[in-house]
Amino acid sequence: LPAAVLLKDTKLMDVKLGQLGSWLAMRDFTPGGIIGAMRRGYNRYYNKYINVRKGGIGGISMVLAGYVVLSYMWSYSHVKHDRRRKYH
Amino acid sequence: LRALPPPVAVGVLHTTRPLHTTQQSLAPVPPLPEKGGEVRHGLIPEEFFQFLYPKTGVTGPYMLGTGLLLYLLSKEIYVVNHETAAAACILTVIIYGVKKFGADVAAFADKLNEEKVATVLAMKNETIRTLQTAIEEEKKEQWRVEGRSYLFDAKRNNIAMLLEANYRERLLMVYNEVKKRLDYQVAMQTLKRQKEQDYMIQWVEKNVVQSITPQQQKESIAKCILDLKALSKSAHAAV
Repeated sequence: LPAAVLLKDTKLMDVKLGQLGSWLAMRDFTPGGIIGAMRRGYNRYYNKYINVRKGGIGGISMVLAGYVVLSYMWSYSHVKHDRRRKYH
Repeated sequence: LRALPPPVAVGVLHTTRPLHTTQQSLAPVPPLPEKGGEVRHGLIPEEFFQFLYPKTGVTGPYMLGTGLLLYLLSKEIYVVNHETAAAACILTVIIYGVKKFGADVAAFADKLNEEKVATVLAMKNETIRTLQTAIEEEKKEQWRVEGRSYLFDAKRNNIAMLLEANYRERLLMVYNEVKKRLDYQVAMQTLKRQKEQDYMIQWVEKNVVQSITPQQQKESIAKCILDLKALSKSAHAAV
């Protein structure tokens, strides 16, 4: 039985701050890897909030809130001109 | 399942991860979880509150939220313009609608799901029942196979009887034919003999009649008369 778990197998929340760089470098950044990561993330969210017997509003409202925030960030350069004060 | 150790030592094969050598079958599928992950105020997952609880207690996330909001507003990272008013109105309506009709919509969706599950379950039970009857039938057929030997014995007996009957019928036919031929021969012989007898008698009679000359006739008649006289005399004497 291995005494210490390999860095490869640790989850993000268990990685120490000093190891973060090497952990990130070790991840799979090929297109296949990226798509795999996206699919994993989607599956995690789907199976946790949507694929249940009695799902609540939280499942879709979180997605919509994320969409709202993202679209605000993309249109910030346009919204900047409606600011009331010039210096903050 | 992936936690099970691989049946082959890792050093033998040129792999560093366990292979899928266990029986990973897709059925039976585990049932769906009853409720999804907890979400507070419909926006923030409960895990966030639990994450901050040891360090900041119950009010921690709310303080964080308030601080963030004030920071965004004061630095005008979030700009208050006409869109804010529109967003406020829309959100009010949405939240009012969800609060008022949420339960009904959820019940309706649950009912739809129930019906779907019920139909599929009925189909599954029906299939199981059909398969079980098929198993019963199959067992019965297998039991029937055991009676095969009796069937064949009966058939063999039938055939033997048929053969026997046929043989005897032919034997009878042969006997009849032979008897007919022999009868014919016998009849021929008797006929021939009879005819010969009749002819011979006729011929003898004819010759005898022919040989009776008139001389002999007179002599025989005279003799008869003498005999009759003698007889009458003896009769007279007796009386």
